[in-house]
Amino acid sequence: MAKIAKIEVKEQNPLNSLQGFFKTLLEQEEISAILVPQHLPMKDVVMPTLVTDPEKLNGTDPLAPVFPMNAAKVVSRLTGKPLGGSVAVVLRPCEIRAFIELVKLKQGRMEEVVLVGIDCLGAYTNVDYRRFVGDDGAEATLRFCQNVLAGKSTAVEDFDLSPACKACEYPVPENADVLIGLVGVDINQQMLVKANTPQGEALLEKLKLPEAKEPDGRKKAIDSLVAQRVEYRDKMFAETTEATSNIEKLTSYLANCVNCFNCRVACPVCYCKECVFVTDVFDHEPTQYLRWAKRKGIIKMPTDTVFFHITRLAHMSTACIGCGQCSNACPNNIPVMQLFRTVSSHTQKAFEYEPGRSVEDDPPLSIFREGEFLELTGGKE
Amino acid sequence: MEDYQPTIIAFVCNWCTYTAADLAGTSRLSYPPNVRLIRVMCTGMVDPKYVIKALLEGADAVLISGCHIGDCHYMNGNLKARRRVKLLKELLPRFGFDEQRVKLTWIGASDGIQFAETITEMVPELKALGPNEVRNQMVL
Repeated sequence: MAKIAKIEVKEQNPLNSLQGFFKTLLEQEEISAILVPQHLPMKDVVMPTLVTDPEKLNGTDPLAPVFPMNAAKVVSRLTGKPLGGSVAVVLRPCEIRAFIELVKLKQGRMEEVVLVGIDCLGAYTNVDYRRFVGDDGAEATLRFCQNVLAGKSTAVEDFDLSPACKACEYPVPENADVLIGLVGVDINQQMLVKANTPQGEALLEKLKLPEAKEPDGRKKAIDSLVAQRVEYRDKMFAETTEATSNIEKLTSYLANCVNCFNCRVACPVCYCKECVFVTDVFDHEPTQYLRWAKRKGIIKMPTDTVFFHITRLAHMSTACIGCGQCSNACPNNIPVMQLFRTVSSHTQKAFEYEPGRSVEDDPPLSIFREGEFLELTGGKE
Repeated sequence: MEDYQPTIIAFVCNWCTYTAADLAGTSRLSYPPNVRLIRVMCTGMVDPKYVIKALLEGADAVLISGCHIGDCHYMNGNLKARRRVKLLKELLPRFGFDEQRVKLTWIGASDGIQFAETITEMVPELKALGPNEVRNQMVL
């Protein structure tokens, strides 16, 4: 049975209480630093910060409805080689799942990291968040959380949560060492703290938080949130499948792509250190372009656009955790996430693989077995 | 469409299927000339990119053929190839590439007859399927 405690919330301000919690966490001997999103003083954006001084946690805001990047990449940088101390990383569920994928690929290590996951209420795109937050900073965050947990709409003016968040069926970070629960909890009174691993339990023991029980309504609230998102997701799958069902449609779907490769840079599970699409392999001879053009009379420039996206799907679709940063990074508003999640749902099912579930699961293309997929060769081995 | 001739790009492994194709030739077996053989050392080195590229450039089918399971010169290259073909068969049909356009077979070094038969069977199937629609697109 997982150990459950609570963070008491004073003056209806869960953010202040969370800051207090992080401060206590950082004061623990075994925690050298904490990685947590903060409002940066120079501008009201929220970025991951690496903090070692407990007094420098005042701008902490992990509940802000935005994540400018998938922080799994930052954690990968911190843990790829020995760090010389433990770091507590405060992440969204999709960031934890992406990090687990990177650990499998030896681009991160679990040894010196404590995963602190917070129930995710969703996020706006970077552009929309700036419109949402205005000059309100943390106040905007509180308004957002109260609204969502009271079942009110997340839509503001003409925008809403990003489609990736609306379609995300993993709002609860079940694989975190320490989970902070918001869904189905009255966050004006308290927040749940749950230890899911022995490491989390040992840490929670030291923090001496008051014990608590999971509120009766929590499971139901989570189920209903997930059901809502699955419904949105399945509709998105159906629409995207239809919109890309042949090569002509796929070409129009990707028509605005300018080969900037931002989606690949933003993708936390695009794991190659150097992408083949920026190597000499794609540094074609000028005469080659002319030959291509002559064959059909016309080719779109730059070339290799559809090739790039299908290759990226072949590389990372089994590991796609659906964070939506690809769409967030696209300068031309191509619904990249919708395409990648739709295709991924099929490739992941084919290998019965759930990315980000556990470091014990091998990535499908890193293993092979005898006697599998015999249907490919007419049932014969 | 009477004179439509499909193009098959075949990635064949040095140790088995290439040798089988060679044997088919030296045995004077005849098979349709629609296939372009690319000899690779092992099916395990056939990057999914090669298959995607071939189809996007207008090939009507890609054949990947290597040693029977257990016979791989490099122990398990063909097992790796099988997983990659599985992935491609999930991926490419989503964008309208018929499943038949990617084919995996195991043809051993002594199976010259089977190699000729495989190509002979593929050509009418592909003719029935019609040309790869990418040929009419300005995509790459």
